[in-house]
Amino acid sequence: MDISSWDGTISLAEFHVAARALVEKWKRVSSASPPWSWVSCPKQPWVASHEVEGYLSLENIILVSIKEEHDELLSFPQKEETSCSDKEESIDIATLVQSQSDRDEICYYDLHIVYSASYRVPVLYFRVYYSDGEPLEFEDIKKHLPAHSAKTLLDSKWTFITQEEHPYLKRPWYKLHPCGTGEWMKLLFQGDVSLARNGAAIEVYLISWLSFVGQVVGLRIPYEMLNQL
Amino acid sequence: MMEAQKYVWEGAIPLQIHLHESEVTTLPPPLPALILAPRIGYLPLLIPHIKPHFNSTLPPGVDTVWFEYKGLPLKWYIPTGVLFDLLCVEPERPWNLTVHFRGYPGNILIPCEGEDSVKWSFINSLKEASYIINGNCKNVMNMSQPDQVELWHSVFNGNLEAYLKVSSKLKLGTAGHEYSANLNSGSFVSRQSTGDTDATGQVKTGRVPVRLYVWGVSEDFDDLEDAPQIDSWDKISYINRPVEIHGEEGKCFTLLDAVKSLLPEHFQYKSLTNEESSKEEGEDEQKVPSEEGGENLSEDVESCYPSDNAEVKLVRIQGIEPKLEIPFSWVVHNLMNPEHFLHICVCLKVSQVKIPSDG
Repeated sequence: MDISSWDGTISLAEFHVAARALVEKWKRVSSASPPWSWVSCPKQPWVASHEVEGYLSLENIILVSIKEEHDELLSFPQKEETSCSDKEESIDIATLVQSQSDRDEICYYDLHIVYSASYRVPVLYFRVYYSDGEPLEFEDIKKHLPAHSAKTLLDSKWTFITQEEHPYLKRPWYKLHPCGTGEWMKLLFQGDVSLARNGAAIEVYLISWLSFVGQVVGLRIPYEMLNQL
Repeated sequence: MMEAQKYVWEGAIPLQIHLHESEVTTLPPPLPALILAPRIGYLPLLIPHIKPHFNSTLPPGVDTVWFEYKGLPLKWYIPTGVLFDLLCVEPERPWNLTVHFRGYPGNILIPCEGEDSVKWSFINSLKEASYIINGNCKNVMNMSQPDQVELWHSVFNGNLEAYLKVSSKLKLGTAGHEYSANLNSGSFVSRQSTGDTDATGQVKTGRVPVRLYVWGVSEDFDDLEDAPQIDSWDKISYINRPVEIHGEEGKCFTLLDAVKSLLPEHFQYKSLTNEESSKEEGEDEQKVPSEEGGENLSEDVESCYPSDNAEVKLVRIQGIEPKLEIPFSWVVHNLMNPEHFLHICVCLKVSQVKIPSDG
């Protein structure tokens, strides 16, 4: 891939390659944490089926709430009766929690990575809910987001995180706006000459993207994920 | 040239809006409200006109307004004209809708906080269109505040002149736009494009913002009024994918080409002449309804042989069924919505309709 003339976007086929790479590496590096999985989408018979369509999913996770002054990473023993209890047995960076909400309860995140044909980049969709499945009000979600996200939300209420229809599930989900993604992916990769050289840019595209975008919701990527292949 | 765009902007759907019976607290129940809804507008924008009509009869509480057609909650971010074209295959005039002021179905519909929600949904779509056309959203993001206000007001008020003035600053000309000038005077027959018709010498390639709404029927119908009613959003495939135009010398990229590119599965293209294709497969598969003197699509689909399991019954844009051989760029330039998306409703007849089991 010619990094210099690349605009930071990827094709659908490249997204699939990158998705596979993310799933595999995540499994290898942090086998204790919940895995990303690929969800294929059943389609109506009249939609083109020669193209594989689907999205990446990481569900039922608890995210650390990072304070700007200091990091407080507490382990929180899980005593939930729900099925996710198996996943939270061991402590992992992605699942440490700091309880902050008024309801003083743990809240769970579902994260989906969906390819956008319009922007030609991945897009993060997410939802947040309490252990009984009840979705959080947007005001409460804001309290859970890292401080810098909450501030950005204040400044750009309608253009940073919005509620939109999930392209496959057809239900309201929160979505992170993909407008700037191409640009900063290009910047990210341009800064890394070794990537351009060994041609493995696509394999790490999603991982790099996630390390950036994940910060909005407080998802932390294990450092090993970011090591070169 | 302005004619078609003017008609689109002036197009409106007469609505007869009934308050849901569960929210009627007075006797006699209020009469339905009658209102003309602009095609290019959105239902929530009508609420200030509708609410006064039902104010005195509403139960106490906070308003969370939503509309419904035959039990189907209407997605407020889809332009009114598109909703009508999609859900009312046989146009119903006036279109009878039900309004609710309580009990918003938040599990199905995105919340709507009135005009602001609609405005930002519009602007975000415009950004997306801009990204598709230009590869970035800069022109929209850098709009001055007064321009942004002016743009939204022009859409809100259906003022095409004001809209064109502001939107021209955005430089959102689409690929193949050059065709529109050539076709101003001529008829819409497929024409050969020659390299030198284009003054700027550009290659006519690019991406065009399109939103496709596809639904299938398993049983054939000759009359539109026999078409089955869409009673669930699961029956519609929403394809939000740009059409890619690769300018080929000597070829005009038609509306059919565009639809084919988004639904390639069902268009095995064979270079058959009209006579050959109809002889080989029999006349029946090629028949399409044309009883009302509407557009005759049969000659269009014959040159592109549909695969065994699908047949195009209907392609509707802004309430009309354009001939499929019309150059796509003309369709886009004249029939697109103000956010620069072309919304196309397509009905396919398929041999088997499968509805996904979960909602």
